[in-house]
Amino acid sequence: MTPKAEAVTQDSKDEEAINRQETRLALKRFGRKRWNLIPILQKVQARLGYLPREAMVEIAAYLGIPEIDVYGVVTFYNQFRLNPPGKHSIRVCLGTACHMKGGYITLDAWKRRLDINSGETTADREFDLDTVACVGCCTMAPVTVVDNQPEGKVEPTKVDGILLAFELVREAEKKEAKQ
Amino acid sequence: MKTISLKIDGKQITAREGDNLLWVALDNGIYIPNLCAIRDKPEPMAACRLCFVEMSGQTQPVTACTETVTEGMEVNTRGTEALRLARRGFELLMASNRVDCAHCVRSGSCELQKIAHHLGTKLKSKRLRELRRDLPVDNSHPQIRYDPNRCVLCGRCVWVCQEHLKTGALGFAYRGFERVVTTFKDEPLATTRCDQCLKCVEVCPTGALLPKEKARAEARLRA
Ligand code: FES
Ligand code: FES
Repeated sequence: MTPKAEAVTQDSKDEEAINRQETRLALKRFGRKRWNLIPILQKVQARLGYLPREAMVEIAAYLGIPEIDVYGVVTFYNQFRLNPPGKHSIRVCLGTACHMKGGYITLDAWKRRLDINSGETTADREFDLDTVACVGCCTMAPVTVVDNQPEGKVEPTKVDGILLAFELVREAEKKEAKQ
Repeated sequence: MKTISLKIDGKQITAREGDNLLWVALDNGIYIPNLCAIRDKPEPMAACRLCFVEMSGQTQPVTACTETVTEGMEVNTRGTEALRLARRGFELLMASNRVDCAHCVRSGSCELQKIAHHLGTKLKSKRLRELRRDLPVDNSHPQIRYDPNRCVLCGRCVWVCQEHLKTGALGFAYRGFERVVTTFKDEPLATTRCDQCLKCVEVCPTGALLPKEKARAEARLRA
């Protein structure tokens, strides 16, 4: 293993241990009843920002239910995330108006540029991508909500523009850090 | 328990009061299409919507798997309305199922072929656009090959797996069209707590879960 790869695995091991610990702490307040599953998942997600594998394993063991049943509930509801939140959140609107105005093309552009699928997070944890159904500003369709800020007329070229702006900010920050 | 008598398709039948109608019919040699019914399961899933029958005292067809038999009941498994509903359900089910009987080792012992034959329909309807999911086949397990594209989500394997292992390896995940029988985190079957009882393979009504040697024979069929 290269030193860098080693550092990465060490990092993810630490993270896993923290996640386990946080999950156990959250579990303390709940009875070991199956019907507590959803409130537990909500609590753990509120602490960790998402539901990592190790958290689901802990929860299943605590409730004495199959791990696949926890996974089944997590994948059923939109409110649960399987991936860590990115620094920036990208929400592509696929509501009726945005759908008509080519929201799917916009979504495809985001997927291609970020190289992830909807519901996923980039490896550097800069961006997470998801869809929403109508954010209430249909006249601006197709809409993408970037860090809670709705952006209108987001055609693929605008996707590039938004990403470029983030890139510039990052570079400026890097420069500043060096000085 | 009290014994009672009822009539199914004109045939006089005695059964125990409170028995499940679907199993009474099947045990008396009267076939009613079904996929999701499990004899030992206390609550029927009633998910496949194929077991429709017409019944005295009911204006609408009912699912046989959710009915219990009563004295003097008269059941018609061949009513046009019931069969129409079953056919429609079957058609929808098959629209997202991969049909390739020529290259499937379950051909001849497949429940889907039996149901199509019974309902007098084709396995694939021409009216509906085919919506395929193209999911990856899990070949990891030493004894089992799992092809989710041939799964009809009847839940029989999930039930036997949970019964056998208590905290089982198989279950349902995702929602709507994406719904699938899978493992925790969609991990390969071989890495789960599966202890190779192979009961899931036994109860699978289609070619989704196959024993490895059959899967290999099938691969030769394709070659
Ligand atoms: S449909 Fe996208 S904002 Fe209304
Ligand atoms: S057997 Fe009755 S609904 Fe499936």
